[in-house]
Amino acid sequence: MTPVSSKLYADDVSLLMVLVDTNPYFWSSMKNTAFTFPKFISHVLAFLNSILLLNQMNQVVVIATGYNSCDYVFDSSTSSMQRAECLLEKLEDFVDKDESLSQEDSVDGVGFSLLSGALSMALCYIQRVFRSGPLHPQPRILCLHGSPDGPGQYVAVMNSIFSAQRSMVPIDSCVIGSQHSAFLQQASYITGGVYLKPQVSDGLFQYLSTVFATDLHSRSFLQLPRPVGVDFRASCFCHKNTIDMGFICSVCLSIFCKHHKKCSTCGSNFGEARKQDPSASDQRRTSYGS
Amino acid sequence: MLNSKYWSSMADGKVVKRAKYKTSVKVPGVPGVLKLTKERFYFMPNDPTLTTKLNVEFKLIKGHKSSKECSSKQALLNLTQAQGGNYLFEFDSFPDRDQCRDFVASAIAACGEIGKATSEKPAVPHDEQLSATEMGRRIKLLQENSELQNLHRELVIAGILSETEFWAARKKLLEQSENKKPKQRVALKNDMWSVKPLSDGQTNRVTFNLTPEVIHQIFAEKPAVRQAYLKFVPGKMSEKEFWTKYSRAEYLHSTKNIVAAAAEAAEDEELAVFLKQDDMLVSEARRKIRRVDPTLDMEADEGDDYMHLPDHGLPQGETKEILEPQYEPFKRSFSQYLNQHAAVVLQGRVIDVELGDTRSVAEAFTRTNQAEQATEVSDENAYRERVKKVSRVAEIEDLQGPRDPPVALLSIKDPRDYFDSQQANAIKALGDAETGIRQLKFRVSKEEAFCSLKDSISEINSQGLIEPIISPEVALKVFNLLSQNISSTKYHLGKNPHESVLDQLPSATKNELLLHWTSIQELLKHFWSSYPITTKYFYAKVTRLKDAMSQIYPKLQEIKESVQSDVRHQVSLLVQPMLQALDAAFAHYDADLQKRSARSGERPNGFV
Repeated sequence: MTPVSSKLYADDVSLLMVLVDTNPYFWSSMKNTAFTFPKFISHVLAFLNSILLLNQMNQVVVIATGYNSCDYVFDSSTSSMQRAECLLEKLEDFVDKDESLSQEDSVDGVGFSLLSGALSMALCYIQRVFRSGPLHPQPRILCLHGSPDGPGQYVAVMNSIFSAQRSMVPIDSCVIGSQHSAFLQQASYITGGVYLKPQVSDGLFQYLSTVFATDLHSRSFLQLPRPVGVDFRASCFCHKNTIDMGFICSVCLSIFCKHHKKCSTCGSNFGEARKQDPSASDQRRTSYGS
Repeated sequence: MLNSKYWSSMADGKVVKRAKYKTSVKVPGVPGVLKLTKERFYFMPNDPTLTTKLNVEFKLIKGHKSSKECSSKQALLNLTQAQGGNYLFEFDSFPDRDQCRDFVASAIAACGEIGKATSEKPAVPHDEQLSATEMGRRIKLLQENSELQNLHRELVIAGILSETEFWAARKKLLEQSENKKPKQRVALKNDMWSVKPLSDGQTNRVTFNLTPEVIHQIFAEKPAVRQAYLKFVPGKMSEKEFWTKYSRAEYLHSTKNIVAAAAEAAEDEELAVFLKQDDMLVSEARRKIRRVDPTLDMEADEGDDYMHLPDHGLPQGETKEILEPQYEPFKRSFSQYLNQHAAVVLQGRVIDVELGDTRSVAEAFTRTNQAEQATEVSDENAYRERVKKVSRVAEIEDLQGPRDPPVALLSIKDPRDYFDSQQANAIKALGDAETGIRQLKFRVSKEEAFCSLKDSISEINSQGLIEPIISPEVALKVFNLLSQNISSTKYHLGKNPHESVLDQLPSATKNELLLHWTSIQELLKHFWSSYPITTKYFYAKVTRLKDAMSQIYPKLQEIKESVQSDVRHQVSLLVQPMLQALDAAFAHYDADLQKRSARSGERPNGFV
């Protein structure tokens, strides 16, 4: 890798971290639709190459988000990789490795890809670039995601999102599956990125190049798709009812619509004092997303 | 004299006591009986031939004084008259006197209240005579607050509200403006009194100007001078001599000739006091250093260090030359002087003595200093606290036992709950809750899934990318869809909380709307506070307010019509709540009017 600080970076130089969903179960489910993995990869490769052509100092890093693992499959700053096509070779190795890590023989539904891991890797890479010197390309993360959200990854994904928010890295998301992703919607909302679910999947390249190709500096001059507004109201853990006021566990922030003696999530015992004085209890508005 | 006894109790509204009426404390006085009632007091001398009878109304009595209770003194009560003059009574005993005094106090208070009550304002407020300060405050508030000024012009000058009504709602504002100016205490002068000798240039005479203020400052900053003053003046030398000597010392300092100063000090004992370093200051500095928090982290303050700046930008006061040790006590550093001055100024005026008398100033300073030291010596606890703190902070970690309570690890059973709690709503908002069900039906084996993915990759590897990547028709379709989507959300108003609808309006319209809004609020506040209508005054006020409010309707309509069509909708949305608030007021007014007329109409019906 060339020492980053030696280059002259203008404000329109981008470091684009692309997270590519390589969940085999998801792509198997897409096999019979018009939008297959080869098509997807064609669109993405064309997009990546066009990013590299936009500015010769632009840098693209691709992280494959697999079912069991995730890994870097492409980095344009390495001398051996100048064209995005090089990632295919590495991708093959990655899928092999991902398969070998697999424990179960089959999965219900399409399973979840390891979004939290891929986000963490991207953020780590960006942190390294940040620390390379005062001059560095403007980083952003683009998630090309199809698998549904993995509820088990909630804490890790949210932590990644907040970490990205702290380091001012926008997370753009382009959902290629049939479902909206609440994770990515929240990620883009919190970090100030763009969330997009293409209506015409055939035209992915057009979406990518129209919405996600511009560098962060130019974005301020453009009208990009705006979020429709996210409903951050929470529902209680006990009955899944949407509530405006509720009880929050002071240890793990679980939300309940009624007072419990013990937190069902983290097992903390709640004191008796709040029973006698309900006005002084932890009852408060639960929507804390924005 | 007879033993006193209560001839009558206070409960009856009168007190009768034996007493002597006196014209002054020293004369023996006329013995007699003092009778107090609620309205007046009488004094009847025992000897009916005397003319010193009294019959005075309490209204005329302004206050009362009484002598201290002690066995050697007389039990006196002094009633002072409002017009001057007084009545002095001597009682047989202090309990008697006290009873009378209490009665007199309550009687005077009662008279005062009655007087006030009669002069009290009628229930309906009218424009009272304002003091000049009150008026000034109001004018100042109006000048400072243009919004208030507009409102005042609109409502008061137009005659809708009276001046009193307008300000009655803003008492707080007036009080605040008054409280803003607390009584100012003059602090010490911030400039250092440096000796600027005024020399006339021809003779060798040098003149110093010492004012009481300067002397005060010198005493505060240089305790040694103060001590010397108390020691020498006026016994050893006169005040003038003292200050002449001091000025001489200061002059020597200003010449910065330490050797010369030492030489003079050797000849003159008194002068030496001024020229040597201030021992008291030095000891105080040591004392202060002992008081510094021992855990103070000097490293943390390194950022505030200005030591690298040569002499802090001050003139090079300190001599760099090497001095012989005998001259050491005559060296005086400018920064020491500066620090001492700063400490004194920050401390402010600690003594409360007239500045003119130099001696009393010096003594007052000494007293406060002694008091300070006394409290410090007795402050053993603070010392122990400091020692404890040192041992706590400077502990050696390796020697400490394990700390408890140990931290309980956070164990979250199932993070899925968080997901469900948050994401369910987010997905619902996007409107595809039904897709989740369909996904569950899909099931493939691991091998199948991974193989097909690998096949796809090798397919691209062998055949290259799919050409063309995108057909022009699809690209155009996507492009149109995107731009439509973007333009539709762009004009979706109210989505961005930072953008106010008001900002889109022309500024004139915006200001007009805001002004109407505040004036409507003001009018409504007065309108609703006038209900229920109990007096004629309120009735008149409500009628006035109603008329004023009805005039706002056409004005709002005018604004709506004046703006361009594209913002007219926004304006009417803004105006809507104003109209609703006014409508509510009018509805209440009509209902109330009907009730009143019905009530007044009932009476004749009832007679039928």
